[in-house]
Amino acid sequence: MTYQRVPVVENIMNANDQVAQLNRRRLENAGVVAINLMASPGAGKTSLILQTIHSLAPSLRIGVIEGDTAPVTIDADKVLSVGMPAVQINTGGECHLDAVMVSKGLDALPLEELDLIIIENVGNLICPAAFDLGTHANVLIASIPEGDDKPYKYPNIYRGLQVLIINKTDLAPYVKFNMDYFRQGVEILNPGLITFPVSCTTGEGISAWASWIKEKVAAAKK
Amino acid sequence: MHELAITESILNIAETHARQSGAARVTAINLVIGRLSSVVDDSVQFYWDFVSENSVCKGARLNFSRLPARLLCQDCGTEFSLDGQLTVCPKCQSVHLKIISGEEFYVDSIEIETLEETSA
Repeated sequence: MTYQRVPVVENIMNANDQVAQLNRRRLENAGVVAINLMASPGAGKTSLILQTIHSLAPSLRIGVIEGDTAPVTIDADKVLSVGMPAVQINTGGECHLDAVMVSKGLDALPLEELDLIIIENVGNLICPAAFDLGTHANVLIASIPEGDDKPYKYPNIYRGLQVLIINKTDLAPYVKFNMDYFRQGVEILNPGLITFPVSCTTGEGISAWASWIKEKVAAAKK
Repeated sequence: MHELAITESILNIAETHARQSGAARVTAINLVIGRLSSVVDDSVQFYWDFVSENSVCKGARLNFSRLPARLLCQDCGTEFSLDGQLTVCPKCQSVHLKIISGEEFYVDSIEIETLEETSA
């Protein structure tokens, strides 16, 4: 027997990242913009998707991939009920979507007939941050009642974002939430991050978010 | 919970490099993990024993090397380590900071045994 040390230096997320690249190329070939929507449970992911569809359809053709850890179709049913194609991915207890699951979700959607795909990740602030799905934007919803300390407690997820949505602004008068402290944490982790304060209940702020998507879709068609 | 997927990925990387090097057995895997990576050593270790069963890596030791998070203040140029919670620049209180390390997450090397015959 001889003993040997073999240098490797290989990123542990490589396999996922390669599939993510394939997803991204496939979406780009079809002229589709995809958004990875992340948040903790109850922050308003499905509500934001429904509000977004309400603002942008039918001028934009939108598909939705719903990630859930349990085989329940509550979220997918809500999207289907407003007439949009939706695919449910049951992660079988896994706490996040990965690029392979999304690739299967893409198989089930009519890509050539879509402009935008919104992927609702599993409600979780830790695990989804580690997995690139091959989308064009990582979007996080932070909601006011969750508290202003979340950037400090979950720094990873804030690092990889292109857009931050602060939801439930209508609850601000009733909840202790120090916006300056929250924004300071975000600024350290992700300087200049595009941020949209919204309320999915009142519809406040949704149009600014919808405009951002429209620009992104228009740029992808060029 | 995503440690299971991560552990499987570590196994794949180690197996590939073990095969390429003609290893009879992998005795250790050296991992580098930055402090800002949300990976729990104990969980990876826990899954490892299950995942590596029936592989060339069975019984291999996982060595975790944790790199500190280093931040650079864009305003006053102070470089500092992050030990606990995220903070503003300790010298000038600026929030314009750049994270220069702490997000690493890779397999640095593996330690293997090879049979004399195969290496000769």
